[in-house]
Amino acid sequence: MADQSIPYPGTLAPVETEGGATLLEKLHSWVITVDHKRLGILYVVYSIFFLLVAGAEAICIRIQLARPNNHFLDPAVFNRFFTMHGTTMVFLVGMPILFGFANYLVPLMIGARDMAFPRLNAFSFWLTAFGGLLLYFSFIGGFGLYGMGSAPDVGWFAYAPLTARAFSPGHSTDYWALALIVSGFGTLGTAINIIATIVSMRCKGMTLRRMPLLPWLMFVVSGLTLITITPLTAAQIMLLIDRYLGGHFFDTQAGGSAVVWMHFFWIFGHPEVYVLVMPAFAIANEIIPVFSRKAIFGYSAMVAASACIAFVSISVWAHHMFTVGMTSSSNAFFTLSTMLVGIPTGIKIFNWIATMWGGKLCFATPMLFCTGFIFQFLIAGLTGIMLAVSPLNWQLHNSYFVIAHFHYVLVGAIVMCIFAAIYYWYPKATGRMMSEALGKWHFWLFVIGFHVCFDTMHVPGVLGMPRSIYTYEADRGWGTLNLVTSLGGFIQAIAVLIFAYNLIVSYFRGKPAGNDPWDAWTLEWSIPSPPPEYNFATEPEVRSRRPLWDLKHPEDPDWRYDQ
Amino acid sequence: MSTYSLAPRPQAQVWELPARGPVAMISLIIGESAIFTIFVVAYIFYIGKSLSGPTPQQVLEVPWFNTICLLSSSFTIMRAEHAIARGAMTRFSIWLTATITLGVIFLAGTAQEWHKLIYQNGLTIRTNLFGTTFYSLVGLHATHVVVGLLMLALVLGFALAEKLGQEHAERVRVLGLYWHFVDAVWVVVFTVVYVLGR
Repeated sequence: MADQSIPYPGTLAPVETEGGATLLEKLHSWVITVDHKRLGILYVVYSIFFLLVAGAEAICIRIQLARPNNHFLDPAVFNRFFTMHGTTMVFLVGMPILFGFANYLVPLMIGARDMAFPRLNAFSFWLTAFGGLLLYFSFIGGFGLYGMGSAPDVGWFAYAPLTARAFSPGHSTDYWALALIVSGFGTLGTAINIIATIVSMRCKGMTLRRMPLLPWLMFVVSGLTLITITPLTAAQIMLLIDRYLGGHFFDTQAGGSAVVWMHFFWIFGHPEVYVLVMPAFAIANEIIPVFSRKAIFGYSAMVAASACIAFVSISVWAHHMFTVGMTSSSNAFFTLSTMLVGIPTGIKIFNWIATMWGGKLCFATPMLFCTGFIFQFLIAGLTGIMLAVSPLNWQLHNSYFVIAHFHYVLVGAIVMCIFAAIYYWYPKATGRMMSEALGKWHFWLFVIGFHVCFDTMHVPGVLGMPRSIYTYEADRGWGTLNLVTSLGGFIQAIAVLIFAYNLIVSYFRGKPAGNDPWDAWTLEWSIPSPPPEYNFATEPEVRSRRPLWDLKHPEDPDWRYDQ
Repeated sequence: MSTYSLAPRPQAQVWELPARGPVAMISLIIGESAIFTIFVVAYIFYIGKSLSGPTPQQVLEVPWFNTICLLSSSFTIMRAEHAIARGAMTRFSIWLTATITLGVIFLAGTAQEWHKLIYQNGLTIRTNLFGTTFYSLVGLHATHVVVGLLMLALVLGFALAEKLGQEHAERVRVLGLYWHFVDAVWVVVFTVVYVLGR
């Protein structure tokens, strides 16, 4: 696409300062920054770092499981690794990277100069960052005075009574609980900030019906976060009361209930999936129309479906608990409510396909990842419907089928969209394009690795391989399948390394991007790349959903079609 | 093509969005409500499940005076908000002091209640499920009262130092929202702990 830059009225050239800043001064400026763009970048860099760490843990897990009776890892280390892998990926990779994108993009897309509360924004980031450091410090500090284990090893859902003092001595579980409380408050602060920004900081003319879909979905996600992260914080406080003050919330010997922990955890845990996946939808909503050269199909339906998903998602949590032994009416309720989520999600998939239908498709790397996302998300949804059927769930629960299903969502949908977003907005953030050739290598290797790994992983699940096991006997017949799964894991790891290399090399040697390398339509492309600190020299004023289209096509502006 | 007229519809002359302070505080209140909901649900679920005494029937007394104090502090802070909105700073300080006093009385009452429970009835957080859920829920609420009081005291400090004026009315309103929330939560806690649970 042509590198055309259309000046938005009032846009100024960036002011070059920082001529002779020393390295220390530069670092200092990043630590004290309250600029939403810099904080957004910090979030993303922080998450990519932990993505590599948790990815390395996953690779160790896959090496361990590649052969029957393998002893690559110590059993205790294996438990720590799958716990840390899950916790890291959800809390230190998924949430921060998506909130990082929200931080970077929401003010730019709604024509604001910063978030509503810049200092709260910085505070939230550093809370999240310290939560992550605290969690990983457990590898060193977890031994404490007891000499009992280091990193948390109770699984990412930390079922009671395993987390009780008697069964998890030492400090590892405390690190887990405290780290999640700390990063949870960070997340809460960010969510509040995003809501206030979207409600109160939109530029002139940007009514809610003209707001791009990314801010819209981030708004819904932040609202969902308010009521999703907080139950986890409450449950963690209860866990700490049990562990430190001798409370009995989850102490079955004193009349407490382990099932209550399950409920509290999944009241957080399931909506959390939607907190993670809706920003992925948001990314697809921005990228697919631009590379189909068409406006998004069904804008209002997209918004309505997102709100619908948010509402339904808070009433589905117990589908994680069908095997606990609930009443048949609860089983029926949670089966039906879970299936209900499929309807708004299906609407979204149809809307994306309808957006692509008849469009002038351009398969640049971001679009490749989004196309892969639609396909894989569909399959993930279908296995989700299978698991929602409670009788089938009794058979498959806590097997590798479940692991394959949720990795299909988390990797096949969310991580794919995160990659798409990085390829798409990297030019805006750095002023340089990422290498398309390396991007294509990354995409194809990743997709092949993904399918080799996670398509195969469904099968040992159906054959009865339970999750979280350290190893298995050779006569089970799971050996070859696990070897193939592990191979797929390696292919993905190579793809991610190519991506990391691309990120670094493009920063120094990438083609200059210009303001608007993708010929896109939202406000962030109207200003220089990287944007100046104040974003917009004068406050923009919009008349339609695609303000840049209006500028580029004065003969056929969007606002002619009543919105 | 379209049959609409080519001229854009006239823009609304004033472009006004809600102030960010109240929006953020309302969001915080929604999040806090979820935390309290979990603790309230735990309390209700564990009513009557303690394996040993003392039970709520034996030891709890309804704190009527405390409740009246805390709930009327919602009224006094409302008066304070009205006063600062009109720039009547002396009246503002008086109403704010009244609010703080009522809050402190509430906390003192809670302290007295806990002292009695711990030293006379032998109920601590580790005694039984009732103790665990009672001290957590009431303690969580009391923590919010303490935070609210600290912020109110800070505002009073600024007011007495004459650093506060009519232009800060909105910020005081935001703080007022939080204080109303703390009071509203007490209505729920009161109902659950002292009415349903007894």
